[in-house]
Amino acid sequence: MARGAALPITIRQVTKTYGRIHALDHVDLDIQSGEFLTLLGPSGSGKTTLLMVLAGFTRPDHGSLRFGEDEVIRRPPHKRDVGMVFQNYALFPHMDVAGNVGFPLRLRGVPRAEAERRIEAALDLVQLGGYGGRRVDQLSGGQRQRVALARAIVFEPRILLMDEPLSALDKQLRERMQIELRRLHDRLGMTTVYVTHDQREALTMSDRIAVIQGGGIMQLDTPRRIYEQPANRFVAEFIGESSFLPVERDGAGFRYGAHILRIAAPPPEADGHLLMVRPERLRLVAADEPGEDNHFPATVEDVVYQGDSVLVQAVLADGIRIAVRTAPTADAVPVEGAAVTLALSPADTVVIADR
Amino acid sequence: MGWLSRPATETQITHGRRLWLYAVAVLVMAFLVLPTLIVVPMSFSGSQYLEFPPREWSLRWYRTYLASPEWMQATWTSLKAGVLTMLVATPLGTLAAYGLFTARVGLGRLVFALLVTPIIVPVILVGIGVFYAYVQLKLVNTLAGIVLAHAMLAVPIVLMIVTAALKSHDMSQEMVARSLGASRLRAFLLVTLPQIRFSVATSAVLAFLTSFDEVIVALFVSGGPNSTLTRSMFNALRDQIDPTIAAISTIMILVSSLLLAVAQTVGQPRRPAVK
Repeated sequence: MARGAALPITIRQVTKTYGRIHALDHVDLDIQSGEFLTLLGPSGSGKTTLLMVLAGFTRPDHGSLRFGEDEVIRRPPHKRDVGMVFQNYALFPHMDVAGNVGFPLRLRGVPRAEAERRIEAALDLVQLGGYGGRRVDQLSGGQRQRVALARAIVFEPRILLMDEPLSALDKQLRERMQIELRRLHDRLGMTTVYVTHDQREALTMSDRIAVIQGGGIMQLDTPRRIYEQPANRFVAEFIGESSFLPVERDGAGFRYGAHILRIAAPPPEADGHLLMVRPERLRLVAADEPGEDNHFPATVEDVVYQGDSVLVQAVLADGIRIAVRTAPTADAVPVEGAAVTLALSPADTVVIADR
Repeated sequence: MGWLSRPATETQITHGRRLWLYAVAVLVMAFLVLPTLIVVPMSFSGSQYLEFPPREWSLRWYRTYLASPEWMQATWTSLKAGVLTMLVATPLGTLAAYGLFTARVGLGRLVFALLVTPIIVPVILVGIGVFYAYVQLKLVNTLAGIVLAHAMLAVPIVLMIVTAALKSHDMSQEMVARSLGASRLRAFLLVTLPQIRFSVATSAVLAFLTSFDEVIVALFVSGGPNSTLTRSMFNALRDQIDPTIAAISTIMILVSSLLLAVAQTVGQPRRPAVK
């Protein structure tokens, strides 16, 4: 398939209220041409509403939406020329696979021979070559998902929207499809907006992630930045596991209890701050190990074997519980009740805004 | 003997212990069907009067019916009224069902309730009300008047059948179709309508029968050259007891049963073949 020119999407001050609830609250977002952007958030956060605004099924109360240079906020869905994949696939059961994939071409009056060629090319692209004559109810869940995808890209839209397209698949298939979707995006180069509540999916696939909560964007960043420098406690809690320790300002820096923290990156300006600790970034070390790391003495409370790792629950001196993930090698695993020292490198010592 | 002790269900209840249930079922069916079927042998009577069982057999009353210009005209009126009622009520009822189902506004329930009142209100009241309205509108004894009144009775049936079909239809398919470039109308015509077509067809048959079988409203608003078959039969019963009525009834039973049978067989969506 030809690589269509992708379009940037510009969202300005988009607001949608349902009664008193702000589903979207003055959202500004610039999605770059050809970017794979994920809207990540819990249910009810507004991520799906935002996608529906992009698709044209929801008209915001006010705000502006541009595809490239064109203002499209008043344009009905069928004139927006965006491909869309829905959570439940919504294949047409009264058509066979080729009928489904060819539907957008039929609407556009594409001549039969060309349509057939493009249907086959789209099916090849999603690895369903030769499935055109199958009935929809003969397909497995994964195959239906691929048909839905082929149908959304066959007319070479410059924008592709996906609403939790993998949530109905089992874990293994989902992980394989994540890689496949990302490859497909790289090959076709269309601007892709992907909605999910699965943080791992978002981290795996996206160029950038917009974390959405309460109708607003909490943080817009690369997966690495989102994970390692979350803007606030909500983002840190929503993405990955973390423990939070109270910190106080100490001159230019911060201290936890009496310990002055060594921090690599300067924390954001905020009223209150927290130290965010990712369990896998903590190391169990000897109490007198030299170096730049921040050290926290603790007592092991619980040790849970999880196959690929061991999750250690420890209690710090002030009674705060903290989780540590460590390799399940015999020498690294502490025993319950043991006094240990937890080390955190300055790069992993991330002080974030409390709210 | 062997059959009686065989299990009838997964819970091992035998046919023997189910005999009472079968007997009740047969009795109920007989009660429902026999009074209707009794006119069938009566229609083949050779006698002047309605009698059961007939003492001699003949087709003379069918000949009388077919040779009578009045009966033929009434039949023609009924067929026209039935087809026109179907053509008016099916699209209207389908549109109403679709609109109320997709709009999901608070007023929708009220509108739905209003639309189905004609089959809840006693038909005699509908007849009286329609008659007074038609006197003002000069629609009494016109075909248009009959069709409008019958469509009012048929729309609720179409509405309910199509609404039921839409409830089991996945409306996100229409959203997909629209995102793929179909206007709302085309999305409905290309995606939703093909999938609810059996229900729409069934409701069309029932709309026809609603008009074709209707007598009470027809008594009020059809007359003269635009008398429906049922109205003429009612008059004939009052004036002279004549086996022609039995012959016409038999034909009507046949037509209704055939149409319902067609609706039943055509109205069943094909089940996907089990592999």
